[in-house]
Amino acid sequence: MKIQISNGRVINPSSGLDEVLDVFIAAGKIVGLGQGPAGFAPNRVIDARNKIVMPGLVDLAARLREPGYEYLATLESEMFAATVGGITSMACPPDTDPPLDEPGLVEMLKHRAKGRNQTNVHPIGALTQQLQGTRLTEMGELRDAGCVAFSQANIPLMDTQVLARALDYASTFGFTVWLQPQDGHLARGGVAHDGEVAARLGLPTIPDCAETIAISTILHLVRHTRARVHLCRLSSAAGLDLVRAAKAEGLPVTCDISINHLHLSEHDIGFFNPHCRLDPPLRSLRDRDALRAGLADGTVDALVSDHSPVDAQSKQVPFEAAEAGATGVELLLPLTLQWARQDSIPLVRALSRITADPSRILGVQAGQIAPGSTADLCIFNPDQEWVVTPQALKSQGKNTPFLNLPLLGRVSHTVVGGFLIYEDARA
Amino acid sequence: MKGNPQLSPDGKLQHLLTIEGLPPSILFHILDTAGNFEHVAQQEIKKVPHLQGKSVFNLFFEASTRTRTTFEIAAKRLSADVINLNVSASSQSKGETLLDTVDNLSAMQADMFVVRHAESGAAHLIANHVAPGIHVINAGDGRHAHPTQALLDMYTIRHFKRRFENLRVAIVGDVLHSRVARSQIHALTTLRVPEVRVIGPKTLIPRDVEKLGVRVYHDMVQGLKDVDVVIMLRLQNERMNGALLPSRDEYFKYYGLTPTKLSRAKPDAIVMHPGPMNRGVEIDSEVADGVQSVILKQVTFGIAVRMAVMSILAGERGGNFS
Repeated sequence: MKIQISNGRVINPSSGLDEVLDVFIAAGKIVGLGQGPAGFAPNRVIDARNKIVMPGLVDLAARLREPGYEYLATLESEMFAATVGGITSMACPPDTDPPLDEPGLVEMLKHRAKGRNQTNVHPIGALTQQLQGTRLTEMGELRDAGCVAFSQANIPLMDTQVLARALDYASTFGFTVWLQPQDGHLARGGVAHDGEVAARLGLPTIPDCAETIAISTILHLVRHTRARVHLCRLSSAAGLDLVRAAKAEGLPVTCDISINHLHLSEHDIGFFNPHCRLDPPLRSLRDRDALRAGLADGTVDALVSDHSPVDAQSKQVPFEAAEAGATGVELLLPLTLQWARQDSIPLVRALSRITADPSRILGVQAGQIAPGSTADLCIFNPDQEWVVTPQALKSQGKNTPFLNLPLLGRVSHTVVGGFLIYEDARA
Repeated sequence: MKGNPQLSPDGKLQHLLTIEGLPPSILFHILDTAGNFEHVAQQEIKKVPHLQGKSVFNLFFEASTRTRTTFEIAAKRLSADVINLNVSASSQSKGETLLDTVDNLSAMQADMFVVRHAESGAAHLIANHVAPGIHVINAGDGRHAHPTQALLDMYTIRHFKRRFENLRVAIVGDVLHSRVARSQIHALTTLRVPEVRVIGPKTLIPRDVEKLGVRVYHDMVQGLKDVDVVIMLRLQNERMNGALLPSRDEYFKYYGLTPTKLSRAKPDAIVMHPGPMNRGVEIDSEVADGVQSVILKQVTFGIAVRMAVMSILAGERGGNFS
């Protein structure tokens, strides 16, 4: 299949490219920018006038709920939702049922995902067996089966000795360990930031020192083991300060934040909005502003959807009993654009946080538009407004704090490995 | 996002879920209406017809004797049909969800739900879910709110102190876990009490509680100086388990209300407690039974206040009877 994308504004964050030119695709690769190969005869010409052509999004946190939670979502529904969101590569946390702690499970997931010829799925293997924080998984075998990193998902590893050994073992092979920093003891029973809103609503709290204590522990272990660590879903200004200092020190650490924490604060809980029941909790406005600034200056390396489809029934309960999580793959791009608009961030830099930067953390060849690179890209109309309704969302999860809000930016085409896998004529 | 659903677009009370966000005019209307109901208890026939033909469901997901009983008496004095359900013992144990339970009872033509639940936000959840015309009264949700308790406390304060604008009020004890304290704070600040203090050890005071408009004291002797009203909170025994407090004895030493500590308050200060009391833990018997204690008056006023809330929600012009 040969595709020519004509007249679009092409933005490639890794090279700083931002200009109107044609993109030529053949045999799954990008074969020309501006100028096609001699005698290029496309099977398909896509008119991208007034649209932006960018590398396909790379999402570091998308729960597909398979295996084990098919009542919440299926591989099919969520992978389709991802393509609608322009995502061409995504990393999946291991907190499935059973957890991704055996090579067979990972192979099955990879196989099921590949059969769909859609978004590239990169499983994150479990760091410990059953995610129980006691015994190491067969990380080498899991890597060979397709895992790109290892993590505990959002289940805290309470035993510091096990954590130290897991980091040591992973770094033996050069594997990156992804950790969501939250002290399990301080977070016990909590559902909201330890601040004004929890005081008002009477909700059990998780103080931000639950995050800073966990980060401090991890950073000490990184100094000790020299393991490469990616910190997932930062939520606090104080946590971000620790990461900034660690980076200045030269420690091999990176971090990400979610679209929810980029835009929302504890105040959005209002009167117990269950869609704002998130893990980690939404924190103060000051924290949110610090995260935004950190994402702009690169202290925060990547922005992620933290896609966690939850069924309506698990949200239609009192706030503290509600299951944590929000759907997100279809919102990652428009909420990145919204941040760029609100904070006057150049698009090249903003889009880097959802393409080239996460691709670097993932350690895969993705997230760029350059001659010779794999043709994973998306085309979107930056001016199209749409409303986040349950009908508009293709994910099986309709749970998001952004429900019923208008957003700008709609994907019209998604290309994976040179195949046009999604097209929306209205965008 | 669903906001505070307790007011209709034209500002009428649809549900009573929290004091937060209610204008002073509504609070005074409830207190004035309660004043008109106070005499019903003195009549030979303790009944008025305001809720005749209406069904009030007392939906208690958490055990309670006093609150449920006072709501039941209030509804019966208004001539309502009252159905008491202790749901913790039935549906929930069979796996039925909270909203399924509510739907089933709505199908039995309920007009009003009085809800108590162990989790914050349960009353809002139900109010957002029920059909228009069905009213929800929050009889306590988790640590969040207990608005009728706060209203009867305001009624009591007004009864003894006449006005709110010149008072200094101290709330003492486990504010962190107390829905009563949160509702009292909102009520007192809404009614323009100039100084509301909360007193307790740091483990039992929520962080950032100052943003609700209160002053925090950890030293009870300082905190009680020159106050007009002392409100004691109940201390649950289970607080000793979670490393929040070392012992009941030490708690009583520093935060129990004794005659000596009470002498720091104004000579005519009143002492209140939402009940049930732990004598010798948060309050000394000498104070609980002393001349400054108005604790039993609170219970009596509670019935009139709950009658007022129910009649206002049902759309009756409360007090327009002879």
